[in-house]
Amino acid sequence: MSLLERLDIIDRRWIFLLMALAVSIPIIVSGMTGKTFPESATPTTQTAFDTIESLPAGSKVLLAFDFDPASAGELQPMAIAFTRHVASRDFDMYFATLWAPAPPLIIETIKSVIVAGHPHMVYGVDYVNLGFQAGNESVLKVISTDFKQSFTVDARGTPVTSIPMMADIKSTEDFDLIINLSAGYPGCKEWVQYIVSPTLSGDHGTELKLVAGVTGVQAPQMVPYWPRQLKGMLAAIKGAAEYEALVNASLMEANPGLIISPVFNEAQRRMAPQLFGHLLMVSLIILGNVIHFSRKRAGGTAVKALRSTP
Amino acid sequence: MSRRALWSLVLAVALVLLAIRAFTGPGMGRSYVSDQQMGFVQSADGVWEAAPDGVTPTISWTAELSVPPRVFYAANAKDPKQTTVHLSLSRTLGLWAAAFFTLAILSFLYADNPCYKVAEAAVVGVSAAYWGIVGVWDVLVPKLGGALLPLYTKAHFLPSLTDVTGNWWMLVPLALGLMLLCRLVPKVASVSLLPLAFVIGTTAGLKFISFTEGDLLAQSAATMKPLYVERLGVDGALDLAMTVGASLKQTLLFVGVICALAYFYFSVEHKGVVGRAARVGIWYLMITFGAGFGFTVMGRIALLAARFEFMLDDWLWLIDPSGKRVVALTAGAGEVLGQFAQIHSVSVW
Repeated sequence: MSLLERLDIIDRRWIFLLMALAVSIPIIVSGMTGKTFPESATPTTQTAFDTIESLPAGSKVLLAFDFDPASAGELQPMAIAFTRHVASRDFDMYFATLWAPAPPLIIETIKSVIVAGHPHMVYGVDYVNLGFQAGNESVLKVISTDFKQSFTVDARGTPVTSIPMMADIKSTEDFDLIINLSAGYPGCKEWVQYIVSPTLSGDHGTELKLVAGVTGVQAPQMVPYWPRQLKGMLAAIKGAAEYEALVNASLMEANPGLIISPVFNEAQRRMAPQLFGHLLMVSLIILGNVIHFSRKRAGGTAVKALRSTP
Repeated sequence: MSRRALWSLVLAVALVLLAIRAFTGPGMGRSYVSDQQMGFVQSADGVWEAAPDGVTPTISWTAELSVPPRVFYAANAKDPKQTTVHLSLSRTLGLWAAAFFTLAILSFLYADNPCYKVAEAAVVGVSAAYWGIVGVWDVLVPKLGGALLPLYTKAHFLPSLTDVTGNWWMLVPLALGLMLLCRLVPKVASVSLLPLAFVIGTTAGLKFISFTEGDLLAQSAATMKPLYVERLGVDGALDLAMTVGASLKQTLLFVGVICALAYFYFSVEHKGVVGRAARVGIWYLMITFGAGFGFTVMGRIALLAARFEFMLDDWLWLIDPSGKRVVALTAGAGEVLGQFAQIHSVSVW
């Protein structure tokens, strides 16, 4: 039996093992050395960064965390990077979600970024956690005209009418930017359809700006919305790594001598396993094709006979 | 040696190594917490506020805030007898349970087994319970109870309820909800079709407008643009390379839309020009599917990497990429503890 014939009938579990090694070895090496690959931003990521940079001082930013722990591996690094960027510009931050499992992730992000890195920020004045609101796109439909009809209290149970930074918020049009982290439904598509698209018709004073971070599965469906309906987009963990590198570089430029904590390199660390995982995947696809065409050329008799052997 | 015996041996060796790792040296898979006293007093206008220093709080409790191991090391280095930062048995068990369930799910890649079944059942059970609780506390109590029995709901279930005027219109969704439950009784099951029709009609109406506005019109407008796209350089002169690139991109987009539409146009036989356009359309679709597959692979590898990082970092303590166990990484022992005390002195939820 030739090597190709052996590979053609290889147990799939060897491939799982190879993938495990391709992903875990770079994690171990990167975890021990702290080294990451350099990242250069693609246009969708760069425009997301530039959109936030272009906002004037005192802007109001709504951060909608529409994801859950199952997709946190991809989206939590984006959430941290977005929050760091917005917090570093001293914008007002409004956290909210349409996903029931997301509130603990919002709290984790606030703790690791705002409370740890910006202790001067005051809850209710500089940032507020509006928590979860059930109702999917119907919530979006309501908040597009009356924000406080859906979000009546914050995550602590405080009425929004007694939260200082909520005084000027009547609808989503009062936000200068919306950042959406999306893992599915409801998510980026619904924010585009119900919140952003109605403001593009010209009947409204200004077009609402939406920047999104999406999972790899969603990314190809969201690309057509860029750059009109989405002002910027982080596509999967690659987009997160690029954005993280941009934010780190921008913070280091603004604060010479600043040491970036390794906590804020999470997405960049994940790129090493990505590289080797993808190399393995591409190699397997090529190998599979080589086996297929060589078998086709040989008439497939040898392998067929082998497969029929009990 | 049979395959089963070989794998049993591998598993036994792994368990022994795990036991050695867990109970010798710095150990592994431990979760630490920092105790924080919470105290509140009620002001004259009924608002609960954090009790100032020296004031005995009306209600108080001890909150356990999760901290990385380096905070425990730092606290112990400062005062070996301290008890403020300590091992949390419940969180440690939770961490080990997370590790077990991760391995149990991954074990399906080898073969179906009882550990996988246990993990699968746990996921289903926990999800059902979680969504049940969400349904009651985020929908039924605030939206239905709060609207129909506002004072009772505020007094017994939801002290934060702001609007206590009530809203009798909520009897309509209550009635529709009860009609949906008629599905469970065969004799009156047909009654459930009415609320179902209401839900389908409302959803269709909402979706129709949003897809027309957000996808059909906006996307069509983005496609109907001149094929020649002029790009100017920083000096204001024509940038030929950028202009060619942008025009080519717009042309590819236009061709792609027309050809993909031709592929899905079945009123004319796919022959001649239409056939060739449809063939190009198939290529565009294949490239789209390929991009989708590539992104999916990226997403799945990212999730796998996140789980592996959890196993190697949080559980096995083999790597420490974010400095959870390195005291010297950020500051001295006292500073680390002070930093965390400062962080946790502010409640964020």
